[in-house]
Amino acid sequence: MMAQAKPSETFVDVRDLKRVFDVSRPWLNRVIERQPKAFLKAVDGLSFEIRRGETFALVGESGSGKSTVARMAVGLLPVSGGTVTIDGVSMTDVKDSQTRQQLRKRIQMIFQDPYASLNPRWRVERIIAEPIHAFGLLKGAQVTERVGDLLTLVGLHPDDGRKFPHEFSGGQRQRIAIARALASSAEFIVCDEPTSALDVSVQAQILNLMRDLQKEFGLTYLFISHNLAVVRHMADRIGVMYLGRLVEISEGKRLFSAPRHPYTRMLLDAVPDLGMTGRQRQMVAGEIPNPINPPSGCTFHPRCPLANERCKREAPAMIDGVACHAVQEGRVV
Amino acid sequence: MTEPVISVRDLRVEFVTRKGILKAIDGVSFDIMPGEVLGVVGESGAGKSVTGSAIIGLIEPPGRIAGGEIRLHGQRIDNLDPEAMRRIRGRKIAMIFQDPLTSLNPLYRVGEQLVETILTHTDLSPPAARARAIDLLNEVGIPAPERRIDGYPHEFSGGMRQRVVIALALCAEPDFIVADEPTTALDVSVQAQIIALIRKLCRERGTAVMLVTHDMGVIAETADRVAVMYAGRVAEIGPVRDVVKHPLHPYAKGLMGAIPTLEAEAERLVQIPGSMPRLSNIPQGCAFNPRCDRVFERCRVERPDPDTPRFGLEGEAPLMPGHRVACHLYTRNPVENAS
Repeated sequence: MMAQAKPSETFVDVRDLKRVFDVSRPWLNRVIERQPKAFLKAVDGLSFEIRRGETFALVGESGSGKSTVARMAVGLLPVSGGTVTIDGVSMTDVKDSQTRQQLRKRIQMIFQDPYASLNPRWRVERIIAEPIHAFGLLKGAQVTERVGDLLTLVGLHPDDGRKFPHEFSGGQRQRIAIARALASSAEFIVCDEPTSALDVSVQAQILNLMRDLQKEFGLTYLFISHNLAVVRHMADRIGVMYLGRLVEISEGKRLFSAPRHPYTRMLLDAVPDLGMTGRQRQMVAGEIPNPINPPSGCTFHPRCPLANERCKREAPAMIDGVACHAVQEGRVV
Repeated sequence: MTEPVISVRDLRVEFVTRKGILKAIDGVSFDIMPGEVLGVVGESGAGKSVTGSAIIGLIEPPGRIAGGEIRLHGQRIDNLDPEAMRRIRGRKIAMIFQDPLTSLNPLYRVGEQLVETILTHTDLSPPAARARAIDLLNEVGIPAPERRIDGYPHEFSGGMRQRVVIALALCAEPDFIVADEPTTALDVSVQAQIIALIRKLCRERGTAVMLVTHDMGVIAETADRVAVMYAGRVAEIGPVRDVVKHPLHPYAKGLMGAIPTLEAEAERLVQIPGSMPRLSNIPQGCAFNPRCDRVFERCRVERPDPDTPRFGLEGEAPLMPGHRVACHLYTRNPVENAS
């Protein structure tokens, strides 16, 4: 189907991506209470690239801006600044709408909650055929045949197309969502917490399926998750987000064997893991701060054991895959 | 040998529906000792939460306890009338729920909710109760408790709210706490703090805890013993280290292999084919037999009970005391198993 991908080629290029939400009180309240407008920088200058056929994962705690990035990458949310370029075509450039329409069918998304992402009043065959109709790819009996193929591909039976979503379990619904994502022969799939709502044995089935499909079709994944173990299993490269910024980008294995940023170290230390019965963990202090009023300088400094005066003043730049003054000054052992 | 705080014997819970009687819990037995954390794991629908609800007497119609015994310090509590149970609940047995936002009343200050609970269950005067509430908030790690006690739940973050819920559960110094998915709604860094807190409280106060969760990582770090549930029954129970490192039951093995870990390098995760049966359609014999790769004739007819394994399987770690498994593989002759 798809030509075998050359692994080194940059497929998705995200540059200096920004998203600001207006979270001000209503106008009248602002006038009476003399409050200024309030803004929330959900994503603040994010840059990364995804090579063709690889899985790039974003991890971070709630409120770090992972899902906002995912929604901007597929064009569900307009960007406030920066660019998203997919296969050389700018998603953020309005002028190029004809080419962008062509690009749209190559991008699909899988959402977290398979109970909410499938229309309960539509039969499964209609759900899966929607992208085919939307892009006018096939007609008549060919559509039915293609839907049957897709259902078989994700481990369901072609006859399941006649059923409604409520007749399926959570794992089967997520398979349907995957089949829908593949319907338009998408090459780039954004997965926003695809297994968070599933039980572990079902999660294993879905993760295995996603890897098999990636191998078969050379898919490129942007994989969003808060579960570090799942990310380690799936990702080739990983970006760690904290308060709308990337603090570290690393090859998957290296992030776990040699984490560099203090926040990454803290996260890895905090994860309850099967292999760690009865171990003494280093306590993590504090919680993610309010993004409306983030700390000055490096936003991690109030929780960081290595913070000094410079960290409070100056936001660190991403150099060589890590954004941390302490690492750059060699204060990290 | 000390006496268990909670002793559950052959517990059965049923739900009466139009389609007939559904057996949510079908013969579950376990004990929890003072200061011990028993982890209960399983997938959705395995009956973890229903077991917890049955112990604290919160099974609502159409559900009912259909059989078995629950004893608190040797005294039966499953057949008490609602009024007597209400007095035990909160004082002797407390509960921590999954979502801290829904288990606190959003219209009352945190302090009012704590003081009310303390006044209900103890003889303290209102000022003393307030002082005690501040102590409790301090103990669960809330900074500046004198000030925070007058805050409303929405002014607390998720992790802090869960700490308040834990403080609320501790008000009457209960002997036993049912914690139903206490960390599921929280971020990992906060999750770790809450786990450490629950462990510390158990050690210091000798409180027994039943920790219900689907997260094996949390169990591995918090629990002393773990029970793996499947389709309303205990498939395997034993010391946490043994069950996690050397699971015996084929379902438990599949479950452990299915979990991606930070250490192990796996190209593919272990996949258990199929999914948990519906309660209306539990297979005959061992409930796991249609999904099991080592199924044999007896599994389809006879239902196994959790028992000390009589034989080890070829090439597996030696069997540990206190490790029980509900699987026919471990009661039949090893020669048969090898074939």
